[in-house]
Amino acid sequence: MASPVRGGNSRQGKVRLTKWYSPYSQKERTKVIRELSGMILSRGPKLCNFVEWRGYKVVYKRYASLYFCMCIDQDENELEILEIIHHFVEILDRYFGSVCELDLIFNFHKALCYELSIILPVALGRTRIIYALFIYGSIASMAFQEAYYILDEILIAGELQESSKKTVARLIAAQDSLVEAAKEQESSISNMIAQATK
Amino acid sequence: MARDLAPEVERLLQFRDPNIRKKAALCTIRIIKKVPDLAENFINPAAALLKEKHHGVLITGVQLCTDMCKVSTEALEYFRKKCIDGLVKVLKDLANSPYAPEYDVSGITDPFLHIRLLKLLHVLGQGDAEASDAMNDILAQVATKTESNKNAGNAILYECVATIMSIEDNGGLRVLAVNILGRFLSSRDNNIRYVALNMLMKAISLDSQAVQRHRATILECVKDSDASIRKRALELVYLLVNESNVKALTKELVDYLEVSDEEFKGDLTAKICSIVEKFSPEKILYIDQMVKVLSEAGNYVKDEVWHALIIVITNASNLHGYTARALYKAVQTAGEQETLVRVAVWCIGEYGEMLVTNAGMLDVEDPITLQQRAIEFNSIIEKHEKIRSALVERMPVLDEATYSGRRAGSMPAAVSTSQGALPKMPNGVAKPTSAPLVDLLDLSSDDIPATSSSGGDFLQDLLGVDLSPASQGTNQTQKSGTDVLLDLLSIGTPPAQSSSSMLDMLSSGQDNKSSEGMIDKLASPSAPSAQASSPVASSSMMDLLDGFGSSPSLPGMIHLISLPRHNYHFCSTLTPLFSVAETNGPTYPSIVAFESGSLKMTFNFSKEPGNLQTTLIEAQFANKSPDIYSNFVFQAAVPKFLQLQLDPASSNTLPASGNGSITQKLRISNSQHGKKSLVMRIRISYKANGKDVLEEGQINNFPGGL
Repeated sequence: MASPVRGGNSRQGKVRLTKWYSPYSQKERTKVIRELSGMILSRGPKLCNFVEWRGYKVVYKRYASLYFCMCIDQDENELEILEIIHHFVEILDRYFGSVCELDLIFNFHKALCYELSIILPVALGRTRIIYALFIYGSIASMAFQEAYYILDEILIAGELQESSKKTVARLIAAQDSLVEAAKEQESSISNMIAQATK
Repeated sequence: MARDLAPEVERLLQFRDPNIRKKAALCTIRIIKKVPDLAENFINPAAALLKEKHHGVLITGVQLCTDMCKVSTEALEYFRKKCIDGLVKVLKDLANSPYAPEYDVSGITDPFLHIRLLKLLHVLGQGDAEASDAMNDILAQVATKTESNKNAGNAILYECVATIMSIEDNGGLRVLAVNILGRFLSSRDNNIRYVALNMLMKAISLDSQAVQRHRATILECVKDSDASIRKRALELVYLLVNESNVKALTKELVDYLEVSDEEFKGDLTAKICSIVEKFSPEKILYIDQMVKVLSEAGNYVKDEVWHALIIVITNASNLHGYTARALYKAVQTAGEQETLVRVAVWCIGEYGEMLVTNAGMLDVEDPITLQQRAIEFNSIIEKHEKIRSALVERMPVLDEATYSGRRAGSMPAAVSTSQGALPKMPNGVAKPTSAPLVDLLDLSSDDIPATSSSGGDFLQDLLGVDLSPASQGTNQTQKSGTDVLLDLLSIGTPPAQSSSSMLDMLSSGQDNKSSEGMIDKLASPSAPSAQASSPVASSSMMDLLDGFGSSPSLPGMIHLISLPRHNYHFCSTLTPLFSVAETNGPTYPSIVAFESGSLKMTFNFSKEPGNLQTTLIEAQFANKSPDIYSNFVFQAAVPKFLQLQLDPASSNTLPASGNGSITQKLRISNSQHGKKSLVMRIRISYKANGKDVLEEGQINNFPGGL
């Protein structure tokens, strides 16, 4: 496994997760990702967490080897975005923290390395909602799909949805159990079919 | 699709499951953004959401209302009338609520909800005095009670300040808000400062006095290490500028321009230029600042800006001379800034005569004087180095000496601006700057002036007279030189004359009286050591010297004039100019380069005509001991500014007791000809009596001017 790399080299930054709240073509997306990655990874540690970019503000926060970033309008409250990012991270942490062993077994997307990965702009705000890129790497047990689910429980359409971590956790747990149930059903049905058609 | 789904979503807004309701609310936001007409349908359900207890639903409900107010005035009116009190109450409860673990973020209950509510109040109170009144209390409470040591608290305060700034004026609240911003500005957290700068930009339009009070802090932020902060601060400063503070501010900004980063320079330059253009109370200030900016960062200045500058200069007729001079001075220090050079060239082209004649000088200026001819010569010679030697060589000695003398007398005491330090003749010595001086040929501008003591050293070289007791060799050279010459001339010779008479010879060879005095001065230190030749010899020497005066070098002859003739310009503090007139021909005395108990090495010099940088040396080795030296090898090393070529020696064996000699030719090129004289390290190895001998030494007594 690669060891965690300190920030600054965009070549080593991998985008783990992105979420877009505005229509952007694939080409535009990659371009945006590239630009932002370069800009944010090259920021020093003591600088403030806001960068101006193309008329928008990008708020980023670094957790260990991960950068989370959100791209917002000029009108938004940047400090609040920092809080939202933190909110999200806490939920993720809580979620994966509590089920880590199980997830190691059921880990769908194991190809997570500990490399420095980038960002996540999630745009909140009125007109120009851009996208959310989300990356998460240091907790190995993370599966991308689940991160997306969690994100969707927190933010919809670029807006904050739920401020209670407990609620979100409950909801995700409920979803998970639904998924489990569905799988079981599926496997039992296929069993039945298999038996019937023997 | 939005229209089709709208009724369904509306229904879901009232669904029993709060999760569904909140998602429905956010969905509604999207719908009304797409189709603003549908907003009316949602007014009532949205208002109902505001009464929810569930935070998730409340957040999304508030968000929905905020967005609705933005797209639909009807909704705005409705909410203003009906909902403000309710909202205020909700916020109050929230602010006063006890610890709730589910929603707590660093000690504050649900900051997200706080912020959303504040945003809604912002929208509702904007432009409506009554509504604004209703929220005053709660805003005051939030502003004062919220803890600001954590980011959550600061986020709330930030939003609160934003709200206060945009609702209708209430003096007390505004003061409160600006105070909070001031506190933010001096916070050490970069984020907070950034946010404060942002907010201050909005505050300026409302209460610029208050913001002016923080000017100093803001200026500090311009120099911050964080690029985002710098940018914001610069914009803020730009908004802060008015007639009263423009001087101080531009000064600060221009000072910072020198040390700022490259990427920032462009922005900074543009801002400074526009500030200066708009607000300069007097033209002279404008021109001053623009010149400074051009010198520092001319390459970043846009075309329109310096075009405008030129226009202003044209219109300010009383400042033409001043501008020309200022630009001239600036170009000398900052010539690499292209725009500066362009503007300067234009200006000097237009108003050049003012530059030279110091027309229209203002009180604050120092006079510039220019020596036209000196500058012309200077530029020619700088460009065409080769001309220098030709130019110099062709000039007959005495003419130059007299001319210089005359010129020195007639020139006003002025210093050439183009070079502070002093010119140096090709074969001569750098002059000290202690006295104002003008010389005919300003050849090099960066020579460090020699002190008069080194003048003495040069004289030493000149005469081949060693003033220090250490080496006697040169005296003997002198003697031998003179002797040989006299032998040649079949003139009976008493022992060599003292250097003072040498000097007399010199001095009688020229008609510049002042130099005589100089020579006398020089003569005194050198008097004791050397020997003199007879007056008879001296007069015939004089003939010789005169005769040699204008002839080119005589290759193949031993060029032994007793003293090399150079053009020296010595300077003392008392008299303007001296010149020691000598031939300019390439004749130099032989020297005993190296002498030990067992070996003597003599150098004879010659130069090719027209090539003053290269010296041909013929080295002669004489064996002083009774042993024969075999395997005789001579090696030499020179410093980097010299190039040395050695021809093979005539033989490897040196007969004993001076019964024969080895000769070897050397060729030295002096890239610093005229500035540094030759110096060489030598090593001689030979076998004598079966033993290997190695002799090393350094030759310092090369005649000057080689």
